[in-house]
Amino acid sequence: MLGLLGLVGFGQLRAQQGPVGIGSRAPEFILTTFDGSQVSTADLKGQVVVVNFWASWCKPCEQEARELELAYQTYKDQGVAFLGVDYVDIEREALAYLDRFGISYPNGPDLGTRISQAFRTQGVPETYVIGPDGRIAAVQIGPYPSFEAIAAHIELARGK
Amino acid sequence: MLLGVLVVLVGVAIFPSRAVAQENPPTDDEVNAIAKGLYCPVCENVPLDVCPTLACKQWRDTIREKLALGWTKAQIEQYFVEQYGDRVLAAPPPHGLNWAVYLIPPAAFLVGVAVLVGAMRAWRRPPIQPRQTEQPTIEDPYLRRVEQELQERA
Repeated sequence: MLGLLGLVGFGQLRAQQGPVGIGSRAPEFILTTFDGSQVSTADLKGQVVVVNFWASWCKPCEQEARELELAYQTYKDQGVAFLGVDYVDIEREALAYLDRFGISYPNGPDLGTRISQAFRTQGVPETYVIGPDGRIAAVQIGPYPSFEAIAAHIELARGK
Repeated sequence: MLLGVLVVLVGVAIFPSRAVAQENPPTDDEVNAIAKGLYCPVCENVPLDVCPTLACKQWRDTIREKLALGWTKAQIEQYFVEQYGDRVLAAPPPHGLNWAVYLIPPAAFLVGVAVLVGAMRAWRRPPIQPRQTEQPTIEDPYLRRVEQELQERA
């Protein structure tokens, strides 16, 4: 009985910890994209990685969708990778969303919600900007208000 | 004429499930029978059959599509588990640490019953009688003699 109470307590403690914080090591994961290819964050070491959690049913996600794509187009040749993690979604709706906003960077479902659990996300949208050292450089809870805000986080991660 | 009949027969033979699916689309009750055993991670503690969010509506639509394709309840639940993890299920599947959920409550119940039975047995035992006190020895010679004579006459 004490063991069960301990487990419940540990679970509650972990749930209340909140998202992974700035300066902590970013969880590594492999994203299987909608087109079937796999992207491992372990292979992206040395680059800035922007990990965006979103869903097609998430209205606030729409506010930043075009700005994220614009940021991707601006920075993709400057050692900045973008990954879209589709949280608790239906593939058909997700693909329609990507098409509607013209999103072209790698996107895939959060299978088993493993990635969002590793980042301890509280909802969508949330964005984690990982520095070249593999540590979290910036976190955006809620939608980015502008392209400039995304760019500022990327520059922060690059150490500029 | 004969050719026309043949074409119709071949058509029915090739697409029977499609015809069935169109004639008998899954009802809301059939969808909800499965949905009530699922929980969307977005809306914790709200069963899918009564959850009002757009995400849950999409899930119910998916259940309807899978039912129309002839999937069973187990297959649909497995699909959701693979997509979103064990936590979508109302009851955790019995493996790993999840066994604790199934084993600890009955074990605690059995321990409780054993304690109760032990306590009831202890209550039923007759109370311990105090030992009979020995007759005090008669020290007075006169009284000892009276006692002796009484015993001899008896």
